[in-house]
Amino acid sequence: MSDQTHRAMIPAAGQGRAPQAKAPRPGGPAQVARPGRGYAVRLWSVRHARALEWFYRRFARTVLLLHPLWSALGYGRVEKPMRFVERRVKGFMFDCRMCGQCVLSSTGMSCPMNCPKQLRNGPCGGVRANGHCEVRPDMPCVWVKAWEGSRRMVQGDAILTVQKPVDRTLAGTSSWLRVTAQAAAERDHRKDAA
Amino acid sequence: MSPHHDENPAGAHLPLEPLPGHASRGRLERVLRRGEFAVTTELNPPDSADPEDVYERAAVFDGWVDGINAVDASGANCHMSSVGICALLTRMGYAPIYQISCRDRNRIAIQGDVLGAAAMGVQNVLCLTGDGVQAGDQPGAKPVFDLDCMSLMETIRTMRDQGRFLSGRKLTTPPAMFMGAAINPFAPPYDFRPLRLAKKIAAGAQFVQSQYCFDVPMFRDYMTRVRDLGLHEQCFIMCGVGPLTSARTARWMRANVPGVHIPDAVIARLEGAADQKREGKRLCIDIIDEVKEIAGVAGIHVMAYRQEEYVAEIVHDSGVLKGRRPWRPEPRADDALVAGRLDHILHDNRVETPQQILTEAQAAPHPATT
Repeated sequence: MSDQTHRAMIPAAGQGRAPQAKAPRPGGPAQVARPGRGYAVRLWSVRHARALEWFYRRFARTVLLLHPLWSALGYGRVEKPMRFVERRVKGFMFDCRMCGQCVLSSTGMSCPMNCPKQLRNGPCGGVRANGHCEVRPDMPCVWVKAWEGSRRMVQGDAILTVQKPVDRTLAGTSSWLRVTAQAAAERDHRKDAA
Repeated sequence: MSPHHDENPAGAHLPLEPLPGHASRGRLERVLRRGEFAVTTELNPPDSADPEDVYERAAVFDGWVDGINAVDASGANCHMSSVGICALLTRMGYAPIYQISCRDRNRIAIQGDVLGAAAMGVQNVLCLTGDGVQAGDQPGAKPVFDLDCMSLMETIRTMRDQGRFLSGRKLTTPPAMFMGAAINPFAPPYDFRPLRLAKKIAAGAQFVQSQYCFDVPMFRDYMTRVRDLGLHEQCFIMCGVGPLTSARTARWMRANVPGVHIPDAVIARLEGAADQKREGKRLCIDIIDEVKEIAGVAGIHVMAYRQEEYVAEIVHDSGVLKGRRPWRPEPRADDALVAGRLDHILHDNRVETPQQILTEAQAAPHPATT
């Protein structure tokens, strides 16, 4: 009984197998396709990275202008509705994963959390010659797209800055509010210093 | 013995004297900083718990390489761990390059392992993202990818230069590591690849090893852009090379090993040869001949998977060492003394205990007293 279980847990591929036995396994567990639609909207966002950059700059400024309102209501209380909106909007446009520390402006409007390796600093060495992902052959590499998007943006060279490791405690929180709160704090700090 | 022996006189397994401007106390950094053309290779990790397997596999490189990469489950296939291999190799005085991939461990495990490796005398570390789990023998595994290669490098640099963990907690002794990264000039987005190297240098890379180079013109273009950015002066660039066994293997590698680019011309050349294995070796030497002349290339990294015994031949025939003999394990003076007397020690019937000595003395005839 235990012997059987043991055997069942080890993949069939043994040690001395011939090289061609290692052909890609399209239906393998690591390649579970993402449910739903393809990558059309995500790719559209990358193609329009410049317009989105323009829009986001204005949007961020507006949200920052509303800082007194957010603090009057309490950032904690606004968090939930804001998170709802952010999840829907960014989820639709970028297949956002709500990491809570958005770097879209530095990654050509291509969300790096969609990379199966969640790389935040550029493409791995496994990108296929056709620009597709090593892990999911049907998906265009997130970072190939990020590089294309960044070339369209005014401040596209932000892709060259080294990003810090992801703070997993922020997952699921609103990145917009965090950025706004930080910008407001910084502004106040500068005002105090002056 | 070469003019630079690069061995601690108190024992090969001990770190070298620290030198100004050096991050580590290892041999590889010394060779590179002296401006010598360095050669590194990769040890095929055993599927075994026997240390002798590691030593046997390392012995074929003796006297031909300046560093040995201890791969971290490359291709997402399970083998002896890189930290284990490194620990074994440093005991014998080898200079292992400790590969860390982000696929299998999170930041807590990695930082602990870096300290452990440094404590065991590992001087070189190579930060990798790692192949996806789908490529290996356990596609059902959970991919970790907590850090990426870049933030991993920053983490280790923070530990080394600021003596702190990523959390800010202090270390009492920081790990003195010579830090490396991998580059792949042969995968898209091609324009971004040199800038990605710049990013890796900004994150702390002091040397880089490239993916297999089979397309020299492509590598030359890459190096031109790297030189334009001045990156070859900030980091030692080692070109990855390796022999192909046959046209069939080449095709298989191209299709199944992530990130390997093999031009059709290379496969055609192998196919046209009577002895494909020999031609593969010849091709590798030809590529080395070309890349060693490219400005900014500081060395080669020979990856001869399952053909490790040919590394010596390839390095010899390509003449990249220019007569230099890299470090090899040699018996020290006292070891040589013991070895010389070993036969005597083992086979002479020597008296062992005081009782035996006494019996022997009583039995022996007294010397003449006249």
